[in-house]
Amino acid sequence: MAKEKTAIVATGQTHHRSSRLDVNGIELIHEAVTRCLEDGELTIDDIDAVVIGNMDHFEGINYVDTWSIDGSGAFMKPIIKVTTGGTTGSTVGHCGYHLVASGMFDKVLAIGWEKNSESDTTAAITTAFDPIWDRLVFAGAISGLAVEAMAYMVKYGATEKDAARVAVRDRKHATNNPYAQLRKEVSIEDVMNSPMLSDPIKLLDVCPRTDGACAVVFASEQYAEKICDRPAWIHGISAKHPYNYLGDYDWEDRLPSMQMASKELYAKAGIKEPLKEIDVMELYLPYSCAGLSWIEALGLCGPGQAPKLLWDGVTDMGGELPINPSGGVIATNCIGATALLRISEAAVQVMGRGGKRQVPDVNTALASGFGGCFWSDVTLLKSTKPK
Amino acid sequence: MAQKQQDQELLQYESRIKVPYTWSVGEVGSRFLMELKENRKIWATRCPSCDMVFVPPKKTCTYCFSDIHEWVEVKDEGVLQTFTVVRYETPLIPGKPPYIIGIIMLDGADTGLVHLIAGVPHDKVKVGMRVKAVFEEKRKGHILDINHFKPI
Repeated sequence: MAKEKTAIVATGQTHHRSSRLDVNGIELIHEAVTRCLEDGELTIDDIDAVVIGNMDHFEGINYVDTWSIDGSGAFMKPIIKVTTGGTTGSTVGHCGYHLVASGMFDKVLAIGWEKNSESDTTAAITTAFDPIWDRLVFAGAISGLAVEAMAYMVKYGATEKDAARVAVRDRKHATNNPYAQLRKEVSIEDVMNSPMLSDPIKLLDVCPRTDGACAVVFASEQYAEKICDRPAWIHGISAKHPYNYLGDYDWEDRLPSMQMASKELYAKAGIKEPLKEIDVMELYLPYSCAGLSWIEALGLCGPGQAPKLLWDGVTDMGGELPINPSGGVIATNCIGATALLRISEAAVQVMGRGGKRQVPDVNTALASGFGGCFWSDVTLLKSTKPK
Repeated sequence: MAQKQQDQELLQYESRIKVPYTWSVGEVGSRFLMELKENRKIWATRCPSCDMVFVPPKKTCTYCFSDIHEWVEVKDEGVLQTFTVVRYETPLIPGKPPYIIGIIMLDGADTGLVHLIAGVPHDKVKVGMRVKAVFEEKRKGHILDINHFKPI
């Protein structure tokens, strides 16, 4: 149980690109941290502790916590590094929350970053699979996601066109986000005609690889409203990291870890009808078909009903529940930052600081993280203080 | 293409890390692989508490954290739960694209085995089809002692 009511009071992110040769990793982190401190009108002296995360193999640097202090500002401060694969960013966020909610620190800086341009992304991701049982057959992220999409489409009758609708939505939303990497709209035809990578996933169905960083400040009740006039209060988190081998996954179902995590989160926050009660979602959807099956896992509709929700525009800007106003992961994927960007963007929506990507009147926002072997993290933020 | 910041050319420092690893398979996994090698048989472990049958075998149950000591033989054939036709090339995988990766629920098992599917045209592969292990003639105690699974 949380001892301290905790809110996000400031956020910052880099301008994300496929490669940012103008900065090294430390300087990239610095860019996000500086913008975050500016957002909260804070200085580094206000920060009590730092959490940082990325995936070691993308940059080949194994002591990021100490290496990056010129970027993070953690000189002579408590700092820990966490790495949980794709969920790294949400784990970083959850750690930041834990450190404040536990009463240990009042203002914690949480940082996620990645410089994916610096190595072979597929090779690095392959190190996340078990070396004896999975690695020789599965390589990289795409084939692992493709088998999930195949199973969902066969069981529930969804089509590649239905999936393409998700990519079209996220890429359209990205045009409103000045920080996004891919800011050009694509059509259903563009997605359908893009090269097949691993059936049924095509090039425009999947996320890019990105250089980028994100930083967020978590603050206790004593400081939250002094720093931010409309803080994004954390009303609950849940993390479910169930499997280690790909073969353990339940291919008959839809992301069971997300079903378990969201059910637990909704119970904590008293949410009964997520589609009606939540105003916006920032979801870690690394490829288009996830935007169908995983929103079913989140309880937005029944099994096999997600395509209709998509085509009816329910999840578009202006729809009942806009998903990924930022453009999401299909537009920007700096992996260690990706899930923290979801939390950060959800907070931005609650704070009302979204500019062109702002959804009107957001009181409740949900952010998700995805990683490893079909793991899920969720975070619920509100404009009102938890009881 | 070189990037520039105003007139400043931006450099990248090229390097490479090549590290050899020897991963321990462990007693449980070694027994499984030696059964492939010596007897062309697929053995699994069964959790004494929740009855889950694991292929590949596990020493500890994922679901209830019980120690597992019981071995059961499973069939070398089963159902293709899902698959993908991989069309991108990577030096990390021995095969040349396009090739098929599948997840196979062997008869008698409760978890899927990740493996290659071959001996079938790519447009004829279907979720739910039955497949059977094709063993290598020369086996060395390795997951690829099963060369692939073929439809039956």
